[in-house]
Amino acid sequence: MTDKTPLLEVSNLRVAFPTRTGMAEAVRGVSFTLGREKLGIVGESGSGKSMTGRSILRLVPPPGRVTADRLAFNGEDLLAASPRRMRDIRGRRIAMVMQDPKYSLNPVMTVGRQIAEAYRVHSKAGAAEAKRRALEMLAAVRIRDPERVYDRYPHEVSGGMGQRIMIAMMLIPDPDLLIADEPTSALDVTVQMQVLAILDDLCSQRGMGMIFVSHDLNLVASFCDRILIMYAGRVVESCRASELHAARHPYTRGLLASLPKIDEPPGDLPVLSRDPAWLEG
Amino acid sequence: MIDIQDLRVSFGDGGDAVTAVDGITLSVREGESFGLVGESGSGKSTVLRAVSGLNDDWTGRIAVAGADQGPKRQKAFYKLCQMVFQDPYGSLHPRHTVDRILAEPIAIHGLDDADARIDRVLRDVGLGPAFRFRYPHQLSGGQRQRVAIARALVLEPRVLLLDEPTSALDVSVQAEILNLLRRLRAEHGLTLVLVTHNLAVVANLCDRLAVMNRGRLVEEMTVEELRRGAAREPYTLQLLRASLGYDRATAESFRDYA
Repeated sequence: MTDKTPLLEVSNLRVAFPTRTGMAEAVRGVSFTLGREKLGIVGESGSGKSMTGRSILRLVPPPGRVTADRLAFNGEDLLAASPRRMRDIRGRRIAMVMQDPKYSLNPVMTVGRQIAEAYRVHSKAGAAEAKRRALEMLAAVRIRDPERVYDRYPHEVSGGMGQRIMIAMMLIPDPDLLIADEPTSALDVTVQMQVLAILDDLCSQRGMGMIFVSHDLNLVASFCDRILIMYAGRVVESCRASELHAARHPYTRGLLASLPKIDEPPGDLPVLSRDPAWLEG
Repeated sequence: MIDIQDLRVSFGDGGDAVTAVDGITLSVREGESFGLVGESGSGKSTVLRAVSGLNDDWTGRIAVAGADQGPKRQKAFYKLCQMVFQDPYGSLHPRHTVDRILAEPIAIHGLDDADARIDRVLRDVGLGPAFRFRYPHQLSGGQRQRVAIARALVLEPRVLLLDEPTSALDVSVQAEILNLLRRLRAEHGLTLVLVTHNLAVVANLCDRLAVMNRGRLVEEMTVEELRRGAAREPYTLQLLRASLGYDRATAESFRDYA
């Protein structure tokens, strides 16, 4: 691996599910490369943004089929990797944070043990070392009293704390790439900002790459470096996050216009009229 | 139209008791669109549920259209005041057609001419008669929310209570529902109470708002003041800053307000 190899190369990624009326394609030819940066993938429900994130980890459930001209992580072909090799990569090299901590944490295991387990699976550390590292990680995601929280069960912590615990668990094996699928949508705005600040710092301190999947245009524009806008399984536009307001594609412009804004007088919002041509462009 | 004085709601007993609403006083004028804003656990939905009669364990005074309300409501109250819920995937009966969903309130209240009423209300929410015999699973999220609004409107109420009516929807669909609510309010002279965490939605649809935190009313302001960022309380200002998007330095400045 050289410095020139991108962290992730995706070329012509397709995800299809068989239905009674033939194959339904959820992702239809997505291509991008990712360096050590924060890439946002934005789209409405059903646009294929989550499936794109999942297919990188080969987490698309059967009978879904993933194909791509190239899907490579650090130059290694992920589609050709054995299940054993994929288990090695998942968590250790590429980690994923899901939307809702309520459904992603094991309800009958203390959060500390879950984080320590994530560390021990991917290293040869003993129990004491794993616990020490888990406590460090809880402190890194700014949990005030790590010792106390370590022995809590998931139902005893708030949503914001649960999401920080998820992030601690995902980051403890020190991955190179983090895929975050709506990591803050279940949180209050102020907590959301605090969780994003943690992700932001960890990205810049560790030189980690990140794919941030979200439906929230403004949030992605203010948080990420670069944005892909997806519509019906395709990338219709990609731009630097700071230039989103100058987006050219009518879908992106329509989405931006349909957002209510605090500083605008009340009145009818422009409604998106969907052009069938967008399906192909 | 709605007068609330010193409303208190708590859940649980003794040492486990949680006070969700801790002495709220506010009033909503006839024809006004009023926003109730706060983060999760602020008690905003609990206030709405107490007003609507879904929560009967409260103390204080609630008056709607000049009449004091007790914990149990009369049937006439629901003719006057209807509610729309957050999740149109959960609030419609999955095995009832749109027709049956809309016919039920008409039958309960013994109104005549169900057929014409259903037809009219479906047109009113922009769905048209083609949707009348479909099941909820055959509808998109936005169409379902239109059915939920139609169900509330079919009784021709004067007050509509809305609990996060657009937060389960995509932004393009949210715009359609907000436009629909604005038009319905103008056409029917409705009084709206909108509970939401989204300040931009309030700015778009409401005239006045109240900000809640931990069961208490932090401040009341007009939407005009909100638009100028002219909040007086630090909690409201923090909420406003958080709504503007991510900023590393701003995130650092956030604190808890008790």
